[in-house]
Amino acid sequence: MSEIRLKSLAHSYGTSSSGHIDYALREMNHVWEQGGAYALLGPSGCGKSTLLNIISGLLTPSSGEVLFDGKVVNHLSPQDRNIAQVFQFPVIYDSMTVFDNLAFPLRNMKIAEPKVISKVHEIANILELHPVLKKKAHNLTVDEKQKVSMGRGLVRDDVSAILFDEPLTVIDPQLKWKLRRKLKQIHEQFKLTMIYVTHDQLEASTFADKIAVMYGGKIVQFGTPRELFENPKHTFVGYFIGSPGMNLIEVTPCENGVEFDGIKVPLEASHNNLLAELSTKNVKIGIRPEFIHVWDKPVADAFECQVLHIEDLGTYKILTLKLASQTLKARLSEDHILPEKVAFISFPEQWLKLYVDEYLVEERLEEITAGENMAEENDV
Amino acid sequence: MNKVENNKAWWLVLPVFILVAFSAVIPLMTVVNYSVQDIFDQNNAYFVGVEWYREILLNTRLQESLLRQFIYSFTVLAIEIPLGIAIALMMPKKGIMASFSLIVVAIPLLIPGNVVGTIWKIFGRADIGLFGWLLNYLGMDYNYAANPIDAWATVVLMDVWHWTPLVALLCYSGLRAIPEVFYQAAAIDRASKWAVFRFIQLPRLRNVLVIGTLLRFMDSFMIYSEPFVLTGGGPGNSTTFLSQTLTKMAIGQFDLGPAAAFSLVYFLIVLLVSWLFFTTINEMAKDK
Amino acid sequence: MKYSKSKILGLSLYIFFLLVPIYWLLNMSFKEKDEVLSGLSLWPKNFTFDNYITIFTDPSWYMGYVNSLIYVFLNMVITLLVALPAAYAFSRYKFVGDKHLFFWLLTNRMAPPAVFLLPFFQLYSSIGLFDTHLAVALSHCLFSVPLAVWILEGFMSGVPREIDETAFIDGYSFPRFFIRIFLPMIGSGIGVTAFFSFLFSWVELLLARTLTSVDAKPIGAVMTRTISAEGIDWGLLAAAGVLTILPGLLVIWLVRNHVAKGFALGRV
Repeated sequence: MSEIRLKSLAHSYGTSSSGHIDYALREMNHVWEQGGAYALLGPSGCGKSTLLNIISGLLTPSSGEVLFDGKVVNHLSPQDRNIAQVFQFPVIYDSMTVFDNLAFPLRNMKIAEPKVISKVHEIANILELHPVLKKKAHNLTVDEKQKVSMGRGLVRDDVSAILFDEPLTVIDPQLKWKLRRKLKQIHEQFKLTMIYVTHDQLEASTFADKIAVMYGGKIVQFGTPRELFENPKHTFVGYFIGSPGMNLIEVTPCENGVEFDGIKVPLEASHNNLLAELSTKNVKIGIRPEFIHVWDKPVADAFECQVLHIEDLGTYKILTLKLASQTLKARLSEDHILPEKVAFISFPEQWLKLYVDEYLVEERLEEITAGENMAEENDV
Repeated sequence: MNKVENNKAWWLVLPVFILVAFSAVIPLMTVVNYSVQDIFDQNNAYFVGVEWYREILLNTRLQESLLRQFIYSFTVLAIEIPLGIAIALMMPKKGIMASFSLIVVAIPLLIPGNVVGTIWKIFGRADIGLFGWLLNYLGMDYNYAANPIDAWATVVLMDVWHWTPLVALLCYSGLRAIPEVFYQAAAIDRASKWAVFRFIQLPRLRNVLVIGTLLRFMDSFMIYSEPFVLTGGGPGNSTTFLSQTLTKMAIGQFDLGPAAAFSLVYFLIVLLVSWLFFTTINEMAKDK
Repeated sequence: MKYSKSKILGLSLYIFFLLVPIYWLLNMSFKEKDEVLSGLSLWPKNFTFDNYITIFTDPSWYMGYVNSLIYVFLNMVITLLVALPAAYAFSRYKFVGDKHLFFWLLTNRMAPPAVFLLPFFQLYSSIGLFDTHLAVALSHCLFSVPLAVWILEGFMSGVPREIDETAFIDGYSFPRFFIRIFLPMIGSGIGVTAFFSFLFSWVELLLARTLTSVDAKPIGAVMTRTISAEGIDWGLLAAAGVLTILPGLLVIWLVRNHVAKGFALGRV
């Protein structure tokens, strides 16, 4: 069992051509509590594989510390860290049988053969690999091979965390969900810390208790799938999660709210006050397609927009709307009355999010207060 | 690759076919032709059937030469294959040192056989060669021109110097093709260096090793220039291998009939042993 | 990657083993005749370029190099010209007898040159090509073409067929597609092939010597005839030897990137 803590962790692979240090991971502080099932979600190039490799020890971070149960492990090799890692494509020892593959880590640790045999059988049963135990690993199907890769991580008693680097990428879609279920089962049974890297939000939501969304080398939000959906703290989280993602509109502050293309959107008082204080030009509002109210008839305070396109997806429909120069998407349940050419929409205040410098304004508020507190402390 | 069935592809292959047929089939037919005749000169030739073949197979000089050849080929293979693998394992995979060591290791391969022979001829002499002088200085009575054992040792050493790089470079390419991920997984599995070699590197070197072994066997079986320049086949016949015996017969003695028969037998031996090697190695791999 | 001391030591020892005999040859080549015979020294006491000057000024010497270079170059060109379309055919098409043809080609690589001595001698004499560069180049094709087809086919199979089809749809004629699109994609393959056909042709002595007498005499033959009445002129021989290594070094330098890439693809 181990709690994994990242302290002031940052990593750069080297300097870019302009001479600046290219950070793959910007300075971050994070705790992965023991026994949790976590997903590390983000687009390609956001640094998630880098982070995973730093945790497992395949990569040494250029600055900061990695702590397992409070102990700094930066310079410990992977074999000394009690972790297992499953890679994107199956890594198996072709010349050995499945049995020998699973037994390999145990035999390397010089564990007595009877124990090896029982452990291998135990894991083989869980992973449903029993029928192929005697087969050469070379001859398995891709998903069986990937199961063997996972199995090697599970046979070891001393493993306290398993890291997965997009392990289902090469698996056929119909087998993916089976393997995902298996992983959840294993998590429940063994209570290991599991960190699962993926770029697929659906995979992340079904597997993890909590998801860390990464963007540009930073973890921009860490929360349950529901939190990420209802309260995205960063525009990227809004955009990436949900299908379709959040609607984001660039706006400029005005009296009592914000405006874009001459359309005024009122905001609550606290937000307006904050906007007055901030001098940034990067202000956006966001609202999820699910939360836009749509009517086919004019309603007070509703904005008139043009219906560009309607997609019927069975249990729900996606409307593509044009409001002034902005294209928005709204998601309606199947029994909702559909507008035809013109629709009237409004943004309920509790679902309308305000983003300043890409971050949710509440976060910016906290940051600023924290900054002020720090300044005060320094003054004293 | 999904290949399209198209017999018009023969047009593309035709130049190769003609060239190789011209270079291979016609001469071979000539050789077969000669091998069954007793040729006195252009106009006097008599059909003698398989007499030359019988003579050859019974010829003790040829049998000895064949035996020497086998011993030679197996000896150099036994040294060059493991040594080549070891060197490939030592060569760096990245950086400027990778290119540097690649080029340096390849140098012996670029030297014509007779120059290799010349290099070692000079190098091994006690009066003008560093190697010969050094060995004698250390107390050994070394003379490759007079002592058959010294001659053998030098010829083998020369071959190892000349051709191990081929095995090393082939293995190096095989090793380079192994994705880093495998080494990472092995590290996590706490595999020892030996286990990494045995279960990751060696299986993946199988294809390259088959090619390398086959090439080395064939080429060592046909070797001519290097030993010829170094020892001339001597002292006596001690380092006379098959190619030299055949060449002496064909060019030196102008005995076309027996020479032709011998040529074919030689060729068939190479083909046969190569085929045996190839299938044995493949069978061994399957059983594993 | 951490570099273990033992690896560096082992590799250095091996490289030392490789380079010492060559160094010795170099050493010899810069010595005067008298110094060579007078005793052993690790470097020339009287450094001299005489041996090299002799080679560069005496036609019977330098023509040897010229002849060798000519037929090796000819061989490379013929091999590539002939092997490229054939490799393409093997890579893209199934046709009657394709597997057998491929295998037959490879078996030619296994033929001992000594076997072909006699018939080649007669063959080329009878068509009037005896003692020409073309004869040697053609005879070397017997071994270099199968190897070239094999290597090129491997590289070509790495280029997906879709690219060919796209080009044809875009209106390219086959020759234009082949030259402008396909060949650049297998650049490293061509580099590796050129390297190997240069290599095997440059070092092949038996056939080259048999098929030539005066006009196209290769350097190998010239060298083996330096045994005169006064005994072997070691210095001169050594200098000639050094000069035969240089073209090889040059070629490997020129194609080093292609070969390194080829190695990385694991196709060589």
